[in-house]
Amino acid sequence: MKTKKLINDGGKAVDEMLAGILAAHPRHLDAIPGSPRSIISRDGPRPGKVGLVIGGGSGHEPTFLGFVGKGLADAAAIGNVFASPPPDPILECAKAASGGAGVLFMYGNYAGDVMNFDMAAEMAAMDDIEVRTVLSTDDVASAPRSERHKRRGVAGNFFIFKAAGAACDRMLSFDECERLAKKANDHTFTMGVALSPCSLPQTRRPNFEIGADEMEIGMGIHGEPGVARGPLKSADEVTDEMLDRILEEMTPSRGDRVAVLVNSLGSTPLMELYIMNRRLSQRLADIGVGVHATWVGNYCTSLEMAGASITVHRLDGELQAMLDHPCDCAMFRAG
Amino acid sequence: MTTIDTARLAGMFTAIADAISTDKDRLCALDGVIGDADHGIAMELGFSAARDAVTALDAGATEPSTLLNMAAKSFLNAVGASSGPLYATAFMRGAAAVKGKTALDEADAVAMLQAMAKGIQDRGKAEVGEKTMIDAWAPAAEAAGEALAAGKGLAVSLEAAADAARTGAEATKTMIAAKGRASRLGERSLGHMDPGAASAVTVIDAIRKSLAE
Repeated sequence: MKTKKLINDGGKAVDEMLAGILAAHPRHLDAIPGSPRSIISRDGPRPGKVGLVIGGGSGHEPTFLGFVGKGLADAAAIGNVFASPPPDPILECAKAASGGAGVLFMYGNYAGDVMNFDMAAEMAAMDDIEVRTVLSTDDVASAPRSERHKRRGVAGNFFIFKAAGAACDRMLSFDECERLAKKANDHTFTMGVALSPCSLPQTRRPNFEIGADEMEIGMGIHGEPGVARGPLKSADEVTDEMLDRILEEMTPSRGDRVAVLVNSLGSTPLMELYIMNRRLSQRLADIGVGVHATWVGNYCTSLEMAGASITVHRLDGELQAMLDHPCDCAMFRAG
Repeated sequence: MTTIDTARLAGMFTAIADAISTDKDRLCALDGVIGDADHGIAMELGFSAARDAVTALDAGATEPSTLLNMAAKSFLNAVGASSGPLYATAFMRGAAAVKGKTALDEADAVAMLQAMAKGIQDRGKAEVGEKTMIDAWAPAAEAAGEALAAGKGLAVSLEAAADAARTGAEATKTMIAAKGRASRLGERSLGHMDPGAASAVTVIDAIRKSLAE
């Protein structure tokens, strides 16, 4: 049975979405002329500033292009649903974002994205634009700790991009921007749980099967199977299970400060996210970890998948300053 | 002795696009088990774009290498994803292998196939045994080269390639993924055929059918 969607034509869904986004956010966003899948901030790129280009597949909205704006990313290259953009739109973003001080490419660690962004970086080098790449690898479930570099980038992009965007906006050097981006990634930990599948607009078929009383721990944001499947539990139990995995890695001490993100994978409502956040904040308080800021909502989705992720971003002085630095994007504002 | 001109290479892309189109749902279903269920979509998009681009060329005025480069660019820009850079690199390397020729003889055709396999391997940095499309492409290229060197004609050599690809794809069922998205699954990827290897069989078999007349 096909899933129900409000679309016109599965093959045109991404371009029609982009048209709608540009119509909704004319103050923030524009498409680069001749390159409709390259979205640029109207207020961001400027001479002497390190450019920040993010990007990846569609279907995760507001990731990626919702984080394009002053104080965050200068441009985003948009791929088909769950598919990396090809090199050309990425290259156009790099050119548009370049202020002569270098361009940072930041995106989640997936084989396809790496190949396309690397090809774009080689092409940018031929145009005398120096590109450095910082991959996000925040998904704790996707590889053991000893192989952190193999992990996927998921909802933690939010904090990682935010820190890098702030560093770039403060006109810090290319080295500093790169260092802070990597540090933000090292300080960010995400765990997700999926309750029901999503379906691609082109196929309208659920992309995996899961029993009515089951959940999948560690499922990827493209519906890639997770690390374990088990019976669906209560919000508190699931929150505990996710947080325990995160804390095991983060090994916080009393007095540490963090920022947290409780993110819906698409169709899980705010009610359930806030129930999870209630438990999360209690647990963190119990171990003496202070919550500097909390975001709850749809930040990195997987179309209409049901489920949620928890991200904990461990702060220190400089990461907190980056987080608090103002930004003004189409779908996100802070400071 | 078979010779393959630009028009027949354009026909090869039509044959691949048709075969992938027929296979799309099976490829998406295979990908749904261990990946994100879109492999058939990306492959269909890519090969349709490549077919449209190369069939629009004036075959009489175009060298084979130009056609292959055109196919590479249109495939890449239509899909991105993983299959985009991998197949685009394959066709660019194929183009380099036959550069300057106005038509391919049997050895050129096999050299093109081998360059494609090498291109995929270089771009994806995968080795045989890591549960990727290379598990079909590498043995296919090797088998074609061996058959041709043994004095077999192009038809038999490409048949050997297709058979080796099929065997290689089948073998991915017993492999644990070490590259690509499925590599995060560990042992849960066991028992399932790699979708990239499965589509490689379809592509190689379509090449065989269209070039081995």
